Amino acid sequence: MREINVQQVTDVVSKLCMDSCYYLPEELLAKLRDSIATEESPLGQEVLQTIVSNAELARKKAVPICQDTGLTVVFLEIGQDIHFVGGDLYTAVNAGVAAGYVNGYLRKSSVDDPLFLRKNTNDNTPAIIHTIIVPGEKLKITVSPKGCGSENMGALKMLKPADGVEGVIKFVVDTVRSAGPNPCPPVTVGVGIGGNMEKAALMAKYSLCRKVGEHNPHPQYAELEEKILELVNKTGVGPSGLGGSTTALAVNIEYAPTHIGGLPVAVNLNCHAARRAEAEL
Amino acid sequence: MEKEIKYLQAPLTKEAVAGLRAGDVVRISGVIYTARDAAHKRLTEALARGEQLPLDLRDNVIYYVGPSPTKPGEVVGSAGPTTSGRMDKYTPTLIAQGMRGMIGKGSRSQEVIEACQQYGAVYFVAVGGAAALISQSIKGEEMIAYEDLGPEAIRRYEVENFPAIVCIDTLGNDFYKIGQKKYKKE
Repeated sequence: MREINVQQVTDVVSKLCMDSCYYLPEELLAKLRDSIATEESPLGQEVLQTIVSNAELARKKAVPICQDTGLTVVFLEIGQDIHFVGGDLYTAVNAGVAAGYVNGYLRKSSVDDPLFLRKNTNDNTPAIIHTIIVPGEKLKITVSPKGCGSENMGALKMLKPADGVEGVIKFVVDTVRSAGPNPCPPVTVGVGIGGNMEKAALMAKYSLCRKVGEHNPHPQYAELEEKILELVNKTGVGPSGLGGSTTALAVNIEYAPTHIGGLPVAVNLNCHAARRAEAEL
Repeated sequence: MEKEIKYLQAPLTKEAVAGLRAGDVVRISGVIYTARDAAHKRLTEALARGEQLPLDLRDNVIYYVGPSPTKPGEVVGSAGPTTSGRMDKYTPTLIAQGMRGMIGKGSRSQEVIEACQQYGAVYFVAVGGAAALISQSIKGEEMIAYEDLGPEAIRRYEVENFPAIVCIDTLGNDFYKIGQKKYKKE
């Protein structure tokens, strides 16, 4: 058994909040750079160049890539042989988020009550925390802040098994098309297929933690990712939705066993500034 | 299609925006004001109560933005456009008050397009997510109203060559539809 003091978690989360908002993942920036050459619309190329220049400037100045530094989504992969000491784990994560957002000049976008008061909590807490228990004694922390422009364009549908592959493809492509310019394309399309309603939504979000260029290890799902990407890029939405051939950079599918009577599908779109930073303790 | 850039001076007159067409690439200099969801709600509620607004909307451009906090040594924080559709409910009322332009990102409702036609207003879009870069064109900032709303407060920005594209013009053309149709291969 290994002991981890939760203060360590607070410190790491704080740093990851800042890093993720200032520094776009390298492989994503490389993909954006590459897409300029393949984009068919001259205006679309200009938009992509603007997006790349913006990410480079944010990195150089250590300022937020986008002013919407999101709700803070924190994934904790916890080795089952870890024993946390020094306090409560979730409190420690939220203390890290508060420190990162206040000290890092990140925007506080969290309101305490969704419907009536909608009062800003002023430190971006509470974070959305997802925990996964894994074998071993390591702790992996992934911080993935996500803005609402893209989050608002997500969709979930309980398809019928008879809808099959074609039904899944149609739902995903329709979702990207009708989102149009709102999620700040080129997007990353996160897709969760199977499980039940909440499992599908979680898989869609979790799939966005994948590095651009990595495919689902299952060949049929990897092929489906490629096929949907091709179709999405034929919608004409393009960079910033102003028209073009680069609507998405990647489609990431996660799947899970489901009920004999069900085919849940969730789509979670991420903007071009798909922010993510991770650390292992 | 190297497009000629049109240089605009804000506030904008009705005449100045009448010649703009959907798809025009522009640079805006002068004075603009920020407002997003909560500020729009307060502005329209104040109008409904017959109160005077904290700013005169006539000929002014409203930028839909909630900036990140300003780092020491900077003029403003990162300040890119937010999704405009959330303001659709309030927008026709503000256009009727003389608001001449809006800067944001994302689709607008038919009601907003019709108000642009009826009153001669224009909807500009900036590249969503390009917040660090766009901030470079903001040279001055002043708090105007609703400071308690934090990032949603109304601020006055002095801008120089703020980069934008005309999306909805005074004829009701919508460049999102025009641009996407051109590259659609379905």
